[in-house]
Amino acid sequence: MKDRENEGTLPGPAVFTAPHSRRLFLKGMGLAAGATAILPTVAVGQNADAETEEIPGLKILGRGEQKVTLKVNGASRTVAIEPRETLLNVLRTKLGLTGSKEVCDRGTCGCCTVLLDGASIVSCLMLAIDAVGHEVTTIEGVADDPKNAALIDAFCEHDAAQCGYCIPGIVVRSSALLDENPAPTAEEIRQGLSGNICRCGTYTKIFDAVGSVSKGGRT
Amino acid sequence: MTTVGKALPHESAAGHVSGAAPYIEDLPRRADELWVEFVGSPCANGTIESIDAAAAKAMPGVVAVLTHEDVPGHNKWGGVVVDEPFFPDDHVSYIGQPIVAIAAVDRETALRARAAVVIKVREEKPVLSVDDGIAAQDFLGGVQRIARGDFAAAWENAPHRHETTLLIGGQEQFYLENQSALAIPEEDGSIVIHASTQNPTEIQAVVAEGLGLPLNKVVCICRRMGGGFGGKETQAAIPTFMVALVAMKTGRSARVVYTKDDDMMVTGKRHEYRVNVKAAFEDNGTLLGVKIDAFSNGGAFTDLSFAVMERTLFHADNAYYIPHFEATGRVCRTNLPPNTAFRGFGGPQGVVAIEHTIQEIAQILGLDPYEVRRRNCYGIGERDETPYGQRITHNTLPEVLDTLRETSAYEARTRQIATYNKTSRRHLKGIAMTPVKFGISFTATFLNQGNALVNVYTDGTVQVSTGGTEMGQGLNTKVRQIVADEFGIPIESVRVMTTSTEKNHNTPPTAASAGTDLNGLAAQNACAKILAGMRAYAAGVFTGGETGLDPDPSLIRFRDGRVFDERRPGNFLLFGQFAKRCHLNRVNIGARGFYATPKLHFDRSTGRGHPFNYYTTGAAVAEVTIDRFTGDLVVDRVDMLMDIGRMINPGIDRGQVIGGFVQGMGWVTTEQLVYSPKGNLLSHSPTTYKIPGIDDVPRTFNVAYLDNDRNAHNVHASKAVGEPPLLLGISVWAAVKDALAGAAPGRLSGLNLPATGEEILRCLTELAAPEKSGTESKGRTLSPAK
Repeated sequence: MKDRENEGTLPGPAVFTAPHSRRLFLKGMGLAAGATAILPTVAVGQNADAETEEIPGLKILGRGEQKVTLKVNGASRTVAIEPRETLLNVLRTKLGLTGSKEVCDRGTCGCCTVLLDGASIVSCLMLAIDAVGHEVTTIEGVADDPKNAALIDAFCEHDAAQCGYCIPGIVVRSSALLDENPAPTAEEIRQGLSGNICRCGTYTKIFDAVGSVSKGGRT
Repeated sequence: MTTVGKALPHESAAGHVSGAAPYIEDLPRRADELWVEFVGSPCANGTIESIDAAAAKAMPGVVAVLTHEDVPGHNKWGGVVVDEPFFPDDHVSYIGQPIVAIAAVDRETALRARAAVVIKVREEKPVLSVDDGIAAQDFLGGVQRIARGDFAAAWENAPHRHETTLLIGGQEQFYLENQSALAIPEEDGSIVIHASTQNPTEIQAVVAEGLGLPLNKVVCICRRMGGGFGGKETQAAIPTFMVALVAMKTGRSARVVYTKDDDMMVTGKRHEYRVNVKAAFEDNGTLLGVKIDAFSNGGAFTDLSFAVMERTLFHADNAYYIPHFEATGRVCRTNLPPNTAFRGFGGPQGVVAIEHTIQEIAQILGLDPYEVRRRNCYGIGERDETPYGQRITHNTLPEVLDTLRETSAYEARTRQIATYNKTSRRHLKGIAMTPVKFGISFTATFLNQGNALVNVYTDGTVQVSTGGTEMGQGLNTKVRQIVADEFGIPIESVRVMTTSTEKNHNTPPTAASAGTDLNGLAAQNACAKILAGMRAYAAGVFTGGETGLDPDPSLIRFRDGRVFDERRPGNFLLFGQFAKRCHLNRVNIGARGFYATPKLHFDRSTGRGHPFNYYTTGAAVAEVTIDRFTGDLVVDRVDMLMDIGRMINPGIDRGQVIGGFVQGMGWVTTEQLVYSPKGNLLSHSPTTYKIPGIDDVPRTFNVAYLDNDRNAHNVHASKAVGEPPLLLGISVWAAVKDALAGAAPGRLSGLNLPATGEEILRCLTELAAPEKSGTESKGRTLSPAK
């Protein structure tokens, strides 16, 4: 164990008596959280708190829940959300899509990876309201997409999952990787998946599974 | 068609890969459900002066705010020593120790209420590190000891002596699914709990004790865990108790899911150790005597620390015959969360202590460390008795070491590295082979039992339930294979059911690598009972009349989905047809099986006995490169050779071997727990705590298995595989130590564990500094031979 003098510069013991959740933090920031939702393109729904503030050319949403329409896995889903809610939270708790997992809640583990217009993002670092107007594809959508059938089969055949908690995120990221580069080399697979962690350490099988559907040789 | 021996995918593979397999947090919300959060202690050591929860209680949506005063039963728990409070009433013992549980209609409300609770604590100075604990002389329990021969005399008369010390860091389990549980109140005051736990039986007992309920009013269920690694062997108890208490008090369902930050801060980890070693040896490196004094950082309460220390002492010999041996262990009480099980369970600390010592002995004598290892390796028929009196039968260690030396080209690479280190100004390379001999069985003998329930249905499909829990290790898949083969039916006909204390009671935790051994054999026993009845009935079905055969149950075969008499295989019934006929003829086609590992005994008062059913062995060669100027470490190549007997599922076992190694590599390299002076864990998320990623996996990673079908001690001649490969991660640490020896061959490096870039750079800096005589330098000059 090493002692450090920098106590206080990192989240300290106060987390147990003060709000430390990023969501509460955003909530506490009030307008700042709302400000990220200043999107003229956003469809404005019922404003629960009736605190809508006019800025020329822009409309601020919130506080309170707003009805928005998200396009998820090819379907339009209208859902009441607060502007400060993360995409991950909305997917999991309001749309019942629990394949994406919350582990670290700060974009480090990759377990909540989804596709936004086909590119992989970590859904814990995106506000749901920012996903309005974009195509969101979760693991449920990725697994159902016929173009991913070979990838899904490869993950099963190589038995790439142990406990399985990281795997939805890794499958989503792998599908994006293969879209970016249908013939990744071994090094490119390593680089491409380095944002997803797996505690069971089953990396070599993940590697083999993705490599087996790579269109190029694995060199 | 048999299934045992085939690399069939994990039973949940399709569910895992598509995200459809649910974990606790994924289970649908219940209409009456409450979300539970907790408020923890703001300091590591102190006395509670006041708890002000009025503001939290007044918040709309807050349904219950509970403290120790609300615990109806005993407010203490503990699997070994009952010393840990569910909620402290007076003294707080670590930062984040849960003091108040809050139940609210949703997570947001619960978090807001949590922030509104004010706890005042009169702070006292905490004891944090193992070294602080040794200085404070405050221990949990007494001294544990295993000894043989006369170490003092061996030390006195030895041609060479070496004294050394090593600080071994702890490790966070870092299961990706955080601690979580869902409690549902049911009729007559009973409670059903879905928990992410390796130990449903203990959860049932702990909840019953805390709530003041008889055991038969609590059911604990676990479908799967998103990783356990030991971290859910005991420590699911507090979160589970929280939701059970809320369910009892409110009559509503209650769920808790820790955040990763909370989980890392408030749950126990692999124990930090300080080991002091004295070794007496001959000119050629033969060990004459070794004394190891181990101190572990137990944290605030006992938890499993005694058993973890016991396994340290059992493994401090690792693969080596040491004629005069003495190992003692003490557990320091500190102000950290109670440290607990983590894959290897104390074994890794014992093994790294002796491997560290051997690296140094080799450096002192100017020998190749492999030579010292091979010379001291347990023999076959001689030099084969462990310090605790168990003989190593069917010893495969010499074969493993010799084979791996050849297949890994150890000798040639060692020479190349020596040349490289002389010429490279930027980098240093190191290589090391370390073996493992891991004892399989719980050292608490009574835990070595398992039971299973097998139901055959009238269409020929089968359900099997065991007390074992599935955490990704593939237990359910292996049990499924074993049962399918017993009845000669396809694997698709067998389902392994959710683990529940309702079906399988009084079971041990799924731990000690023994899950398949205990539960597989219990399932086999249940099948044997059903098959006995089926055979007796079938003997009459396929004989008599025009067959002209006499009934003989021993000639009935269950193969390829058919049931028949061996003498007339063309005259068969499909298994489903036959099961239906059994039922119509009132033949029992369900059974409960039981298994208890035979011949185990260990006497703690004498430190002698036969604590293990058998040993799983193996070895690994790791080659590393370190940067002389930054301490940066790259693991270039790893070659592993394991003896895991005849594999039930080679695919799953390969996952265990590679995954275990990677986890061990993380422990010895990048995973560092950093605390503030007040005892606050600063590395409490993956942003600051570095577990191995895909890019850390060695570019060359060869895994091979010893061909061994002679393990008569276990199901299908297999061997347990869960923990042993983790201990081979130590080869990476030993290779770093070897590389540092290349930096200054005449000086020992004083490398501690983990060998982070920072630690390697510290050692390089010390080794580069001029020797200061009479001062405390960690880079020690080689002690001259006596």
